[in-house]
Amino acid sequence: MIYEPVIGLEVHIQLLTESKIFCSCSTRFGAEPNSQVCPVCLGMPGVLPVLNKKVVEYALKLAIATNSKINHRSIIARKNYFYPDLPKGYQISQYEEPFCEFGSIEIQVDGRESRKIGLTRIHMEEDAGKSMHSESYVSENESLVDVNRCGVPLLEIVSEPDFRSSKEVSAYLTRLRQIVRYLGICDGNMEEGSLRCDANISIRPQGQKELGVKTELKNMNSISAVEKALDYEIKRQIAVLDDGGIIQQQTLLWNANKNIVEPMRSKEYAHDYRYFPEPDLLPIVITEEWIEQIRAKMPELPLVKKQRFMSEYQIPEYDAIVLTDDPSVADYFESVAKKVKDKKAASNWVMGEVLRALKEINCDIKEFSLTPDSLAEIIQLVEEDKINLKIGKKVFEECLSTGASPSKIIKEKGLVQISDKSEIYAIVDDILTKNPEEVNLYLQGKEKLLGFFVGQIMRETQGKANPKTVNEVLKQKLNDRKN
Amino acid sequence: MSVNRTPLIYINNVYFGKEVEKEKVLNISDLDYTSIKKKLTDRDISCRELTEYYIKNIERKKDLNAFISVFSDTALEQAQKIDRKIEQGTAGSLAGLVLGVKDLLVIQGRKTTCGSKILSNFVSPYSATVIKKLEAEDVIFIGKTNMDEFAMGSSNENSFFKPVKNPHDATRVPGGSSGGSATAVGGDLCMAALGTDTGGSIRQPASFCGVVGLKPTYGRVSRFGLVAYASSLDQIGPVTKSVSDTALLLQVISGHDERDSTSANKGVPDFNGSINQNIKGLRIGLPKEYFSEGLEPDVAEAISLAVDFFKRNGAEIKQVSLPHTEYAIAAYYIIATAEASANLARYDGVRYGFRDESAVNLEDMYVKSRTKGFGSEVKRRIMLGTFVLSSGYYDAYYLKAQKVRSLIRNDFESVFKSVDCLVTPTSPTTAFRLNEKVDDPLTMYLSDVFTVSLNLAGLPGISIPCGSDSNGLPVGLQLIGKPFDEATILTVADFFEKHFVE
Repeated sequence: MIYEPVIGLEVHIQLLTESKIFCSCSTRFGAEPNSQVCPVCLGMPGVLPVLNKKVVEYALKLAIATNSKINHRSIIARKNYFYPDLPKGYQISQYEEPFCEFGSIEIQVDGRESRKIGLTRIHMEEDAGKSMHSESYVSENESLVDVNRCGVPLLEIVSEPDFRSSKEVSAYLTRLRQIVRYLGICDGNMEEGSLRCDANISIRPQGQKELGVKTELKNMNSISAVEKALDYEIKRQIAVLDDGGIIQQQTLLWNANKNIVEPMRSKEYAHDYRYFPEPDLLPIVITEEWIEQIRAKMPELPLVKKQRFMSEYQIPEYDAIVLTDDPSVADYFESVAKKVKDKKAASNWVMGEVLRALKEINCDIKEFSLTPDSLAEIIQLVEEDKINLKIGKKVFEECLSTGASPSKIIKEKGLVQISDKSEIYAIVDDILTKNPEEVNLYLQGKEKLLGFFVGQIMRETQGKANPKTVNEVLKQKLNDRKN
Repeated sequence: MSVNRTPLIYINNVYFGKEVEKEKVLNISDLDYTSIKKKLTDRDISCRELTEYYIKNIERKKDLNAFISVFSDTALEQAQKIDRKIEQGTAGSLAGLVLGVKDLLVIQGRKTTCGSKILSNFVSPYSATVIKKLEAEDVIFIGKTNMDEFAMGSSNENSFFKPVKNPHDATRVPGGSSGGSATAVGGDLCMAALGTDTGGSIRQPASFCGVVGLKPTYGRVSRFGLVAYASSLDQIGPVTKSVSDTALLLQVISGHDERDSTSANKGVPDFNGSINQNIKGLRIGLPKEYFSEGLEPDVAEAISLAVDFFKRNGAEIKQVSLPHTEYAIAAYYIIATAEASANLARYDGVRYGFRDESAVNLEDMYVKSRTKGFGSEVKRRIMLGTFVLSSGYYDAYYLKAQKVRSLIRNDFESVFKSVDCLVTPTSPTTAFRLNEKVDDPLTMYLSDVFTVSLNLAGLPGISIPCGSDSNGLPVGLQLIGKPFDEATILTVADFFEKHFVE
């Protein structure tokens, strides 16, 4: 039997606001445990939450970017459950009448036609704290709680069960991560947990309308982990059904060390969250003006930017996709491209040298020591035949390691290209005289030897000779000898 | 003005290092703050003397059990500081007001027990907004008053710190849940007190103890630092010896607070301007549903005398109807308990408060700490509230109760088109006997029948003394105002207080 997987996602993103969602405590990651807390996020008796307006603005950005229908009035709710990392005994979230609904995100898989994944809703909520059970500093009969994360703002993005493969899921997560980075509302770091993904997955015989029994997958800390976990779970479910078994509705955890899914160890309660409207907070009211204000401040989104790069800079779609993946890389490219004539050269340099260098030194492009101006200068020098491409790459490395400007490096190291024909004539003559055997072979028809002569000449000039001129002169001189 | 006066109260018979022989008695038991304030500015009396007077009274009437904690030391220090300020002419508008604070309001560095075992050792790391405002006006905090556990109760018998007794008859209850505050003011243990009112918790005990108690409009006073029972109903208000004292206190505690999103962003009128006004031409409504069976004849009689008084003084009396009144108690006990079930979830033994150390695992710790830490009425309401929110019952209970709440609000809205305020009894009875209703929670709940509707509708209400029954127990008259129109009910209450003769 051929089965079709049906997958829906719940993604939580941690917002990059400076303060928490209901108090003014810092959201900084990695601080001393329980150092970023106050009576409000500690759930002390008598405290009240006050909604951080920035959170609403960030939610608005995502709503606009996903073409969601923004509810002009949305309700904040309490989700009740007991856990030590939840100080109030309830999480402030949204339930009925969420912030926005009916959005979509466009994905493309394997060069096939792009398609839209529906978003059921996006709502805001507060994060809980962190429980420590098995860390080395926790003794066996205790658990510790770090409340720093309590009240860090989250957006939950719930998709429709629109995915039919794990590839579609990873394309969606990649695109979503790209969007939130573009919007500057989340750093999208799955390893640190600022973007978390749970998946609901079921399978059904191809062609069948009704959904199968679903399982919930958690604990996947990278996009590739999500893909692997889903593939594993799809296979597992198929095997169960093919064996005549039935799928049990349950929550499963991805074990990245063993590459398997495992049932959640703790007893899985059928939680009744007893949602009800939060009486301490008024409904969130969004006016048309507010939406327009945010819309006016919206950055260009990845797909639009990609199209623009293709038309404005006449670069291939592949280049545009690579360059727009990260908004900072796109900005870097644009700064370079604006200064040089050859836009494709700018694209090649950024996609090639820059991205490689960033990867090698494990650096974010925002902290990259080589400025777009310096790179543009190198490209211009090549364009103007002042240096050749090979020297250009050398200069690039020098700039990176010394921090000096390209012109200074060229000047100090005497790297200016030798384009003067009379100078090159002399060198060519010299090389040909020194290698009579090769000249003979060449004249007898072994024209591949041209490369050998070029190499010799470049070595002689430490790579500074203008390769075009060298070729020209070399061919001319060899031809002279033929006759 | 007497300048060469002698100090009136002495500690250890020593005053400014000089031995003195006898103790002189302060005759202020019948005076409200408005009258005492004059004596303070005339320097006939000092804050220190006043504070000593009340500390002594608290000690003397310990059996009333009105206070959970008394700030003897710091109150005297505070009093001396304020005396100096009065001398220098820099004192705040409530300088020297010796105030009791219901133990549901947090003061930094002080225990806030909420009348519960689970918080019996909890010290607050911050102060409520109202406390900060009062501090800025040089109020002297004398202590934290006893109360029904987490403000759940109508008799003050649900306190972990034992019941409070009625100052007029120690065999009777003071009402609840702000019973400690009402007894403290009625028993002259302080000049005034703060209470909180979720379903009548200021007005009903004020009525039982023969004092003035006001529940302001929902949103008038910041709830920041008020330990929540039912967030959409709770409101802080004054318990005082006179209506003008209530106006003075309300003036200071009112106003928008950035820390409370439900506090109204509205200007605060000059409440003191409502004092000493006339009631001529005022339209007063009598909701017929509040004068039905269950009302004690003595109470009915006292209220009707008051109504006659209003009529004689030029008010226009109108019969009106609030048809959904009979559903108020039911709706209240669904909404209030639902909110309470979430509000009280934080008392889990994890971060602060009582934890049962015999627990063997997490769930056990939750169960044991909460089972032992909460009293039976609190547990009853948590269970009720958990039930009405649970899946499958939410629509039938919580949602329906919210609809009833809207109907009740609409009832008031429509009668307020034709009247300026309403007059009702505060409670169907006068103070009942201790233990009389403890085993019958439903009968107990009915004691709030005239007060809960206001909380559901968010309206202001004041209870003022209105004669007494055949046992000499005080009767309370309730005035209900339009939203954010405390001014009108203060005017009527003040006029009644000053001119009504039994």
